[in-house]
Amino acid sequence: MALWDKMFAIDRRWVYLALGLSVLISLKIPFSIPVPVSKEARNIYNFVDTLKAGDAVHLAIDYDPSTLAELHPMTLSILKQCFEKKIKVVITALHQNGPGMAAEAIDTAVARHLARTGEKKINGVDYVFLGYKPYPSLIILGMGQNYRIPFPTDYYNVPLDSLPMMKKIQNYNNVKAILNISGTSATDYWITYGNGRYRVPLAIGVTGVMATDYYPYWQTGQIFGILGGLKGAAEYETLVGTPGKAVDGMKVQMVAHLIIIVFILVGNIGYFAERKRRGQETL
Amino acid sequence: MHWGTMISTTVGALLTLAVFSFLYKDNPFYKFAEHLMVGVSAGYWVVILYYTVFVPNVVGKLQAGQWYYLIPAVLGLLMWARLTRKWSWVSRYPLAFYLGIATGVAIPLEMKAKIIEQLNGSVDLVTQMYSAQAGWATVVNNILILIGVISGLIYFFFSKAHTGATGGVAKLGIGILMIGFGASFGFTVMARVSLLIERLQFLLFDWLHWY
Repeated sequence: MALWDKMFAIDRRWVYLALGLSVLISLKIPFSIPVPVSKEARNIYNFVDTLKAGDAVHLAIDYDPSTLAELHPMTLSILKQCFEKKIKVVITALHQNGPGMAAEAIDTAVARHLARTGEKKINGVDYVFLGYKPYPSLIILGMGQNYRIPFPTDYYNVPLDSLPMMKKIQNYNNVKAILNISGTSATDYWITYGNGRYRVPLAIGVTGVMATDYYPYWQTGQIFGILGGLKGAAEYETLVGTPGKAVDGMKVQMVAHLIIIVFILVGNIGYFAERKRRGQETL
Repeated sequence: MHWGTMISTTVGALLTLAVFSFLYKDNPFYKFAEHLMVGVSAGYWVVILYYTVFVPNVVGKLQAGQWYYLIPAVLGLLMWARLTRKWSWVSRYPLAFYLGIATGVAIPLEMKAKIIEQLNGSVDLVTQMYSAQAGWATVVNNILILIGVISGLIYFFFSKAHTGATGGVAKLGIGILMIGFGASFGFTVMARVSLLIERLQFLLFDWLHWY
């Protein structure tokens, strides 16, 4: 069997093993790579950074644990920036498997802020978690009229009117922007019903698989920023000055991509060599 | 580490390994983990829906004396008629009601956000090029996007044979589409590797504490 034939017949499990080992080894080796920040990510950071203390933003956490790897670092970084800037945050979770995970992310951000600054962020005063309701399109339209229509109470069953932070917040007119972190089609609903119907400024953080689908909306100005996949998360971690799991993951991404490129090259060389050989045989 | 956290982390780690075992070949451990995940997700969803929809929107409203909430509740119950062959036609009424509302709400907004705004965006590319602030980079970028949009659309225009000039532009269009698919593929690879990285970070650091 020729070398090219062997390349062509390679068991896919060797590819998995090579990729797994490369990720494992590069996780253990301490090195870092620079994370250049894109304009799309910087726009979101600058927008939040220019808000005044007491302003409010809406953070829509629309993903479940299956996309946590890419999206959780974005959520934590945005919460960190908002908490440091004393920006009020209205939080929703419009994915049925997401509210428990969103509550955990909020707790983590609050605990980290407490450890870093000694300041305790309080539910109802500094942030409000409204939880989950089904049918995102209807919920987004309802919140545009009044947050109390779909969410008369928050996630912990406390009436919204009894929360100090919500006294000044009726609908999207009272939030400066919606920051949608999503692993689902909820982003489409936010573009169509949030930005399209109510003209509320919208920025998104989405999984790598989804990112290219939303660049046309960035080009038209329907969204003012995009965080795409782990790279976007790493960019935001860099911007807020707290490199975490996403920045750490980028060095591993680089090694894994090199391995994948090598396999693609080997596969293609094998394919063209085989085609050439067959062509010669036909002659 | 608290023993509860230790147990939950170990269960998570073992289930992760069970799912990874599929990479070698299909096996009962993988099947168990897969069925467990589907079952737990469905169960969690049912509980969440019960407490976030049924309790506040039906039980709560009726207890508050808002009897008109019985109308959507009955419409919801009629959906279940689909389960019987004899009465399945009844479910068409709530379905028609729901589809009517959804279509009425969605069509104008979808048209606006996904067609009109996108058309505006393409036209704006031309006006931007003539603005005094436009630098050469903007002009080149906008020309490239316009060429991409037009040639991509011509590739899907089948009322004229793809020969001659039309064929050439269509060929350029497929090239542009391939660049788009390539970018999507690159992002997809990054997304899949991200999931692997997160799971290995969990196994190595959270479970084994192998820093």
